[in-house]
Amino acid sequence: MFEYAPAPESRSIVSIASTYGLFIDGDFSDGKGTFKTINPASEEVLAEVAMAAPEDVDRAVAAARRAFGPWSALPGAERAKYLFRIARIIQERSRELAVLESLDNGKPIKESRDVDLPLVAAHFFYYAGWADKLRYAGFGTDPKPLGVAGQVIPWNFPLLMLAWKIAPALAAGNTVVLKPAETTPLSALFFADVCRQADLPPGVVNIITGAGDTGRYLVEHPDVDKVAFTGSTEVGRQIARSVAGTGKRLTLELGGKAANIVFDDAPIDQAVEGIVNGIFFNQGHVCCAGSRLLVQESIADELLDSLKRRMATLRVGDPLDKNTDIGAINSAAQLAKITELSEIGSSEGAERWSPPCSLPDHGFWFAPTIFTGVTQAHRIAREEIFGPVLSVLTFRTPEEAIEKANNTPYGLSAGIWTDKGSRILAVADKLRAGVVWANTFNKFDPTSPFGGYKESGYGREGGRHGLEAYLA
Amino acid sequence: MPKSAPTAKPAPAKAAKAAKAASVKTEPAASNGRARLAVRKTYKLYVGGAFPRSESGRTYLVDGDNVALASRKDARDAVVAARKAQPKWAGATAYNRGQVVYRVAEMVEARAAEFVALGVPAAEVDAAIDRLVWYAGWSDKIAQVVGNANPVAGPYFNLSSPEPTGVVGVVAPPSLLGLVSVVAPAIVTGNTVVVLAAGPQVAITLAEVLATSDVPGGVVNILTGRAAETAPWLASHDDVNALDLTGVTDPELAADLERTASGTLKRVLRSRGETDFTVDPGLHPMTALLETKTVWHPKGF
Repeated sequence: MFEYAPAPESRSIVSIASTYGLFIDGDFSDGKGTFKTINPASEEVLAEVAMAAPEDVDRAVAAARRAFGPWSALPGAERAKYLFRIARIIQERSRELAVLESLDNGKPIKESRDVDLPLVAAHFFYYAGWADKLRYAGFGTDPKPLGVAGQVIPWNFPLLMLAWKIAPALAAGNTVVLKPAETTPLSALFFADVCRQADLPPGVVNIITGAGDTGRYLVEHPDVDKVAFTGSTEVGRQIARSVAGTGKRLTLELGGKAANIVFDDAPIDQAVEGIVNGIFFNQGHVCCAGSRLLVQESIADELLDSLKRRMATLRVGDPLDKNTDIGAINSAAQLAKITELSEIGSSEGAERWSPPCSLPDHGFWFAPTIFTGVTQAHRIAREEIFGPVLSVLTFRTPEEAIEKANNTPYGLSAGIWTDKGSRILAVADKLRAGVVWANTFNKFDPTSPFGGYKESGYGREGGRHGLEAYLA
Repeated sequence: MPKSAPTAKPAPAKAAKAAKAASVKTEPAASNGRARLAVRKTYKLYVGGAFPRSESGRTYLVDGDNVALASRKDARDAVVAARKAQPKWAGATAYNRGQVVYRVAEMVEARAAEFVALGVPAAEVDAAIDRLVWYAGWSDKIAQVVGNANPVAGPYFNLSSPEPTGVVGVVAPPSLLGLVSVVAPAIVTGNTVVVLAAGPQVAITLAEVLATSDVPGGVVNILTGRAAETAPWLASHDDVNALDLTGVTDPELAADLERTASGTLKRVLRSRGETDFTVDPGLHPMTALLETKTVWHPKGF
């Protein structure tokens, strides 16, 4: 591997305050306590953030309720202009937000800069254009907003998940109370400032920070009309249970255990790039990660040799270094979970391999890892690891590949690698997954609906389909 | 829970219905002057294309008929039958599914008198037939209306298409029009169903229609009995993908079933109080039971 000199992105573009309050009704205010958010690459404390208590959630929902009437009564074209403004401000402050995201989340700057932020701006731009065209979207000639949306988002793509939640909600005329994840609250709080810069009316967007209890109180709040959640399947079940019988609308985007299927006629080098992108993008903290590699037996050895060669070139380290491929694991808790499941993989008999790579002394790190000799009974083939860990299984026939791919309660995404068009279409038809990437992987676009089958949740985010969740 | 739960209300026993039913059962004097003894119908379940009795051996009395009282195990058998039939039914062409649903309409038309004799108003039978014809036509159009190409910012082919969610548990309303209005949207889109019927004689007569309409066995399975007893087993069943609660009138039972369904993250079509089945149902009964699959492929020479 070539030696690279360090190429760190400057931190000076972002100025982080020492404390942040809750963004309610257009202003920041204190909560009932605080918690610290840290840089997972160094464990340095970045800021203290307010912990929203139930009465703070009440205030936020009340603000959103007051704002709902005027906001939903605005002509769609006017709502659109606010969203276009937000999209533009995000583009203008893109580098600042990218550095902030990498600091708080641990993801490599090249991903926050080239993937997250461009998609965030594009998402607002896309839904801005829908605001005055809702009656053409195919959900009735006079579609109406639902009211106040309570939204809870995860830590893996903090600002992008915020965009997926807020952009369609606002375009459709709803107001929102959004809770970012406990370990990555900062970009949502900076987004609050973006809203102020855009002169968005107070109360249309409210950001409350806190942990699981805050989120639970928000989704169970009686004055919330719609709940949108992205996160683990376990919490998704609890939310579905708590919403039952209330009449609230609900969309859930939950876990996954995607199969990435490589047939014997696939171009190996391209497939290897797709496999690496599929599982090591964003440290594998991706619900649609291609975490189960299904490779046709006849090419398994050749493919794995090639994959290992490629993995040895991955650079693990400082998220702000522009050459970094794999950044920091988001939290100590997530690192513990990845470590535990990987140890179970070894103890259940799968063969573990990682390229030689030195990891920094501070912060949370996990070397890119593959397990071979994995069977469908192994826990690492069944459970979502949410880290840079790939389980490799083999198959002989397309039927066997499909059977194995679908042998999971999840159904979020899948990958197919083959040169044969008819096989792509036949296999894509039979995969029980909401997104199927053929000869590519982990591609996202604001126009393209995203969401799962089975226990990966319900509802779609993105595209025309994504409007349905916010319209009556 | 199922045993102590309140029992579902049986179909309203209207006086007119009873009178008409009686007229079918006791035939008038035969031409030779002697009274002919009627051959009565046995109302059994409809599972996997066959008409079995309840494995429990139980029956209950509805308007003078001993009707099969379905059990938990019947519900599970019906789910197995529905799952087995689902891939082939979903894999049939939309054109073919439309033809089959249209055939159901033809067969209801042919047996209209039988439904009227069971107390279904003639206008309702007509409406049910028309509803079936309406849904038959949707089979090869729904994908065009709710699916679309997505203009992604890159050299990719990207297409979103609807697919059936799989096996749907349906708590059906008692009327024929209501029953048809919940079954047709589920099956025309490629799902298979386990129906907990509220009006047993009407539902089993519809099953006889289905059995003679080219509907493959297992696509529609109909259980008679107490929804409050069997529905929780469908709601908790790991191999049921969605639950249609249109026929549940008790809000507490509906909430209970929705809570139970959350364990496996089923799609739930909630009951919305009294549904007016005479109005245009819109797309929701179909789209609630559809998934959206988005397929990406690079473009390039």
